[in-house]
Amino acid sequence: MLAPALLFLAAFTYWPLLHVLGDSLTVGRFVGQHAFGLDNYRRLFVDPHFGRAAWNNAVYAAGTIVPSLFLALLFALALRDTTRLTTVLRTLVAMPLMIPLVAAAALFSFILLPGEGLLDFYLAKLGLPMINWLGDTDLALGSIIAITVWKNAGYYMLFFLAGLAAVPPELLDAATIDGAGAWRRFRNITLPMLGPTFAFVVPMAILNALTQVDHVVTMTQGGPADATNLLLYYIYQQAAQNYDVGLASSATVISVATLLALSLISFRLLERGIYYES
Amino acid sequence: MRVDWRLPALLAASAGALLWAVPFAWMAVAAMRPGVPSDIASLTPPGPFGPGNFQEAWHSGSFPLWYLNTFVVCGGILAVQLVTVSAAGYVFARLTFPGRDCLFGMFLLQLLLVPPLLIVPNLATLVSLHLYDTLLGIMAPYFASAFGTFLMRQTFRSIPRDYEEAAMLEGATVPALIRHVLVPLARPGLAAFAIVSVTAHWNEFLWPLMAVSSSSNQVLTVGLASFASGAEAGSAWGIVAAGTFLVAGPLILLFLVFQRRFVASLVFSGIK
Repeated sequence: MLAPALLFLAAFTYWPLLHVLGDSLTVGRFVGQHAFGLDNYRRLFVDPHFGRAAWNNAVYAAGTIVPSLFLALLFALALRDTTRLTTVLRTLVAMPLMIPLVAAAALFSFILLPGEGLLDFYLAKLGLPMINWLGDTDLALGSIIAITVWKNAGYYMLFFLAGLAAVPPELLDAATIDGAGAWRRFRNITLPMLGPTFAFVVPMAILNALTQVDHVVTMTQGGPADATNLLLYYIYQQAAQNYDVGLASSATVISVATLLALSLISFRLLERGIYYES
Repeated sequence: MRVDWRLPALLAASAGALLWAVPFAWMAVAAMRPGVPSDIASLTPPGPFGPGNFQEAWHSGSFPLWYLNTFVVCGGILAVQLVTVSAAGYVFARLTFPGRDCLFGMFLLQLLLVPPLLIVPNLATLVSLHLYDTLLGIMAPYFASAFGTFLMRQTFRSIPRDYEEAAMLEGATVPALIRHVLVPLARPGLAAFAIVSVTAHWNEFLWPLMAVSSSSNQVLTVGLASFASGAEAGSAWGIVAAGTFLVAGPLILLFLVFQRRFVASLVFSGIK
């Protein structure tokens, strides 16, 4: 009975993992024989495009995870009481999670369009000059980050709302009676009790930062001058455009290893701080 | 006197939520403005309004085909998943055998090893299975679902064993037991899984982009990407907005109608 699930799991998760590891170590392909070695990794590490993609991805991860979790928590705290108004506002904030990232990219292609785009149209009314949000090497990654924050903050808000609902109100009331202010109640009661929420939202946000590049594919193609190249986009480029299986495979191995390591570390660290109700 | 932060917080959140809705507001307004108005960015234009952009988008893109392919992909994935996750969920919920926890751990690791990350080797697998450039090829990597297996394991565990024991006494086989006793009782869990699965695959882009090459096998997201870049080149932003609405609209409408259900399912999907 486990066989069907196990078959697909093996064929599309574990076999590919072994396959990509093998390909990353295969350096020369001749008829009927393979040579193994670390040459692909050497080529990968000296490729400036890969270095840039790895660095960009680190900036992108920090730049998307921190603000989107912070905004999600603020929205959740402000909208935690269920009224007709907060239900509508929650819907507005959560709506981006229902649309494809390529649809978000299509909307933001116009919003960020220099000159006649929505942002410049309204900035011009304030007397501000037009800005080439996606074409400027210093701004492009920030613009991509902003799209991701817009797309994901509402998703994380839903988890924080669920986490906040689990905080016993008596605990907060008791603290208020004892004279604790809003900040101290948040710092000493609410935040520690959101530990389990952070323990799965942070690894999920890391996963998203390494696996969602649809907007890069459709909006910037990694440019200008590699400014928005991310690891998965680099892999996609090597595989689909340069047909360099060696580089694509070794970059995949590095990405998978990074993802597993970061998820496990963040989960362990956050789990240690969790307050468990006995 | 103690400061009450609730009202200022609510006002700030209202401003934030309205800002969050601006891209949707623009999409709705611009999609309804035919032609190429010079103030296409305006959120409060004077008019005229009309459905012309939708007609134009519908005819210049291959929307009926893209909808059909997306329905086939989402429906096909879900149909197979419902079988595999029910069976695997039952095994992990009810049976004990050596290596079970290790095997379950291997399932859970799939939560991180998502197909977009493994596009390179998965593509090689598709080619060797002769599934490259087929809808089945888009679906295949998703037939086993770690999340679904976990969800069904939890759901089956919450069902008392009495039902199964009664059915066993009447001579039911295990597959019949799952099919006629457990699955009907697990309907809420399956519905939650269906919502998460369909949302994920309706919105997916990179893998369907890689897995097919002919335009007759494109799904909505892949179609939208090429459609939008064509329309953008002609600065036909009203048509871009209409096309985006055609792709994103169905799930948004479902979300607005069944909001409670969606939120509960999506939140559960994160509690791995």
